Amino acid sequence: MTEQSIVGGRTISLPMSKALEISLRSLKIRFGRSLITTSGIILAIAFLMSVWSQNEIIGSLRAAKRSELNLALQKNGVETLTAEGADVSVETQARLAEESSKQTWLISLSLLVCVVGIANAMLMSVTERFREIGTMKCLGALDSFIIKLFLLESTFQGLAGTIIGIFVGLLMTLTLALLDYGAFVFEYFPVGGILRSATAAIVSGTLLSLIGAMMPAYKAAKMEPVEAMRSDS
Amino acid sequence: MTETTTIPTGVARVEHNEGDEEKRTVVRTQGVKKIYKMGDIEVHALRGVDLEIYTGEYLSIMGPSGSGKSTFFNMVGGLDKPTEGKVYIDEVDVAQLDAYELAWLRCRKIGYIFQSFNLIPVMTALENVTLPMVFAGLTSDESRDKGMALLKKVGLGERYSHKPNELSGGQQQRVAVARALANDPAVVLADEPTGNLDLKTGTEIIELLREMNETQGVTIISATHDHKMLSVSDRVVWIKDGQKERVALRKDLEIETVHVEGE
Repeated sequence: MTEQSIVGGRTISLPMSKALEISLRSLKIRFGRSLITTSGIILAIAFLMSVWSQNEIIGSLRAAKRSELNLALQKNGVETLTAEGADVSVETQARLAEESSKQTWLISLSLLVCVVGIANAMLMSVTERFREIGTMKCLGALDSFIIKLFLLESTFQGLAGTIIGIFVGLLMTLTLALLDYGAFVFEYFPVGGILRSATAAIVSGTLLSLIGAMMPAYKAAKMEPVEAMRSDS
Repeated sequence: MTETTTIPTGVARVEHNEGDEEKRTVVRTQGVKKIYKMGDIEVHALRGVDLEIYTGEYLSIMGPSGSGKSTFFNMVGGLDKPTEGKVYIDEVDVAQLDAYELAWLRCRKIGYIFQSFNLIPVMTALENVTLPMVFAGLTSDESRDKGMALLKKVGLGERYSHKPNELSGGQQQRVAVARALANDPAVVLADEPTGNLDLKTGTEIIELLREMNETQGVTIISATHDHKMLSVSDRVVWIKDGQKERVALRKDLEIETVHVEGE
């Protein structure tokens, strides 16, 4: 909501284009700090992406049911499906389930760390910008302007970090897979699955940075404009 | 005393004082009290201050730190609400306003100048000046033209594209003066505007403020320790122990100074 009106069309507004411009510029000028926050997102998403893409690649290799591949997979401690046996043994199923639940646990833990990291970095950024926020409020900024600016900023950070993280994660998995299975990886490369994982990673990375920034943005917006008057510099 | 509470919004009260000169009141405080609670102790920052500030006036508020000067100043600027009493800015009771209306008041009616300049570091001089205009809904062409005109007026027409960290303290404060005038406010509040400046640039800023006051008819309210301010102020109010201690007109001050020097 950018505009609201009171008696006789007296409005105050912050157009989206201007908000975008301010938040992007703000990120650029605080590049060092943005880099630290972003690297947290990069690491978390790289981890997420490497686990997901590894699953996709191994799944695809396993589905090929080729004996030479199965040998390589077993060497790496991966459960395999035999070419002949159409049904999977109960034991194998249980082991597969255990493996995937362990992974879910790891992934959620890393995402949690990521959110906390973003929230912390955004809180720092709010604290060091008390005066700037107070000044904006003195100039007539509404709470919603401040929230908008902070959320935009963290969304950009989230998006940039996620995209880099996806490439980093994918590259890591790919390198490891190539070392273990050689050219088979390309032969059975699960394009659809990887794309699906990447999309999921983008959505979760951006959402996480939004969630992490919400509380700090709210705190910033609720600040009294008098803070700008405090002259301890 | 219903007269004061029934004044409709936007209608000025006209007073006849000394001679037949008409004075429009732009800010009025009535029995303003502010009590801060610190644990069980009540701190009386203001103990009932009545003051009328007139349009086009250059008013200085003086007082030692801890006198309640800053608290009073913040009330007058719509940054703080009184515990008791009323503050009217342009005949609008500040206590009655919701958050949106307060923001609107700050945007359109009040210009702020701070001791530490408080320019937005990521923006150029021109963008700093136009930010309040953006909030006020001006188009980017309108605000750019107006912003450039204001920067020229404060003598920084050439430096519109500089960032605050590329400007000296005095220049930054000039940008802040231009920003304060962005939406043609009813009052400009200057909080120790010379506090972070050396003697010479401080004097220049005071002269600039005086010039804006005289040529644009801007009402200026400043809180200060700076005695250089006294000579340009139309009126000086001393606050002490949360009360109005003394109000002096400039002509009285000049007589006083001459008197002291004569002794």
